[in-house]
Amino acid sequence: MTVRTVSIGADAIASKGWIGAHKWLLVRRTSQLSILALFLLGPWLGIWIVKGNLNASLALDVLPLTDPYVLLQTLLTWHVPGLTASIGALIVLAFYLLAGGRVYCAWVCPVNMVTDAAHWLRERLGIKGGSRLPRNTRYWVLAMTLVLAVVTGSVAWELVNPVSMLHRGLIFGMGFAWSIVLAVFMLDLFVSRRAWCGHLCPVGAFYSLLGHVTPLRVSAVSRDACNDCMDCYAVCPEPQVIPPALKGEDKGIGPVILAANCTNCGRCIDVCAKDVFVFASRFQNKSGGLGRKSPSQKMEVMS
Amino acid sequence: MADKRNNPGMASRRRFLADMARTAGGVALLGLGVGLYSRQAASLPVSAIRPPGALPEADFLGACIRCGLCVRDCPYDTLKLSELGEDVATGTPYFVARDVPCEMCDDIPCVKACPTGALDHTLTDIDEARMGLAVLVDQETCIAFQGLRCEVCYNVCPVRGKAITLEMRHNERSGKHALFIPEVHSSACTGCGKCEQACVMEQAAIKVMPVSLAKGELGHHYRLGWEEKRKSGESLVAPDVPHEYNLPEGQRYEHGGAGLIFEESANKTPFGKSALDTLNGRSAAQ
Ligand code: SF4
Ligand code: SF4
Ligand code: SF4
Ligand code: SF4
Ligand code: SF4
Repeated sequence: MTVRTVSIGADAIASKGWIGAHKWLLVRRTSQLSILALFLLGPWLGIWIVKGNLNASLALDVLPLTDPYVLLQTLLTWHVPGLTASIGALIVLAFYLLAGGRVYCAWVCPVNMVTDAAHWLRERLGIKGGSRLPRNTRYWVLAMTLVLAVVTGSVAWELVNPVSMLHRGLIFGMGFAWSIVLAVFMLDLFVSRRAWCGHLCPVGAFYSLLGHVTPLRVSAVSRDACNDCMDCYAVCPEPQVIPPALKGEDKGIGPVILAANCTNCGRCIDVCAKDVFVFASRFQNKSGGLGRKSPSQKMEVMS
Repeated sequence: MADKRNNPGMASRRRFLADMARTAGGVALLGLGVGLYSRQAASLPVSAIRPPGALPEADFLGACIRCGLCVRDCPYDTLKLSELGEDVATGTPYFVARDVPCEMCDDIPCVKACPTGALDHTLTDIDEARMGLAVLVDQETCIAFQGLRCEVCYNVCPVRGKAITLEMRHNERSGKHALFIPEVHSSACTGCGKCEQACVMEQAAIKVMPVSLAKGELGHHYRLGWEEKRKSGESLVAPDVPHEYNLPEGQRYEHGGAGLIFEESANKTPFGKSALDTLNGRSAAQ
């Protein structure tokens, strides 16, 4: 098993080179870090392109952005939020509806870098097993945070939310917020594989709901070329989303990964030596009809 | 009918329900923890003042999304976002008057910056802000009470003369000097904290407090007779009948404060100024 772990992506590196096999990862990290840098430019260098934090911000003094999840909690405390916050939330909602709900996780959220680091270390140290958390726990947590807003009449989850803790902490001052971030790191390192982002985080759970209609998706267009190396499963933060698209041909399931929890991170595209995956639209999901495909349809998919 | 225990569908459903109960239970426990913590975190320490226009604390904690935009737009770096470990609910804005008070900007940029309305946008005149209320908490140390001319708090007050006035009192100690006592009026004090910051004491003798803490409240059924009378133009309880005293002729009693009054005519005696005149029969009346 350990040998297998070390060699994840080795085939892809051999065929595409290291850069080629980490292309989307590099673009993604650049995205995460630049967004953070944009927020830090103000307090650090006095260049105010964006003010605020991920909960609500104002870019270039005109563009308001609001986290719809936190605004929903505010609504549930029976506060009618101001116009600016509401417009900001609509803009953000529209963006993630188009780009993919959990694009937030892979491309924006600062905690993703923490949990990715924990995951990397976990693989390195060969830590296995741990507690068996159901993946849908996050929806229970999501529901709990919303109930909490109603019951306490305050945005209570924000008192502990690691996502805003880390982001706000970096920009406005950490205090003891590092302890919560450390807890998430330890959770992912020791307790369970991808415990936080893959099982618990209500922010990710909220954004995944938008993913049900997202046009931008990853598609296993060349699934016929898959040689079952299993590298995509090993590298994917939500491996349960892959099989229907990759292996569903016989059942007449299209090649597009429609599962809402795919984060559009593109790691599967990177790691696959056979270039099975590409970014595509959810509507390019022609399967071979029900049952087996005719050879002509197969050609169409592969071209 | 097959034995329920051996029915695989039944067993898997039972396991499914057990798993779900376990998840729900765990999450509910987490929620309970966060909920209790939020109760505790809702109590604001006395020294922490919310920005101008902040909704009442309970509403504010639901309305503020902890974005820090108000903090960013405060030109005097008055406002801070609470960090985890501080006594103020994490991520919410506040200031400590003794460190950096609010300068009461005319255009109130902090309120304008707030996207949610946690800082109420209907506040457009900063003099209407009620961030807190200054209270001269320690009359034992305030040097004005010792008879010194301090008045620093009075002089720095942006609403001087309305929010803080100086009241002259007799200096009982020296017996001949005056005391100039700063007096705060809740009708005009914005709670900006300039007085608390400026107080010359090691510890400020005048402090801004949450209004709820600083103010008493009259029993709702109480009516102040003289105010009711002023409002309606006449006493509400009984018609005003001037009290009559049985006084010697030429004297009367005035309730307005003057007390016993001797009428001019009362001084007229049948006797003249000089005893000789009297004896000679020349009366004063002559
Ligand atoms: S699951 Fe949560 S913590 Fe993880 S990347 Fe998404 S929003 Fe961030
Ligand atoms: S399927 Fe691919 S793009 Fe989606 S989360 Fe997994 S690795 Fe990322
Ligand atoms: S009124 Fe001015 S000084 Fe006072 S908190 Fe607002 S921005 Fe800061
Ligand atoms: S701008 Fe409004 S919502 Fe944002 S931190 Fe300040 S009070 Fe809260
Ligand atoms: S500044 Fe302080 S010591 Fe001076 S009068 Fe005001 S409260 Fe008293």
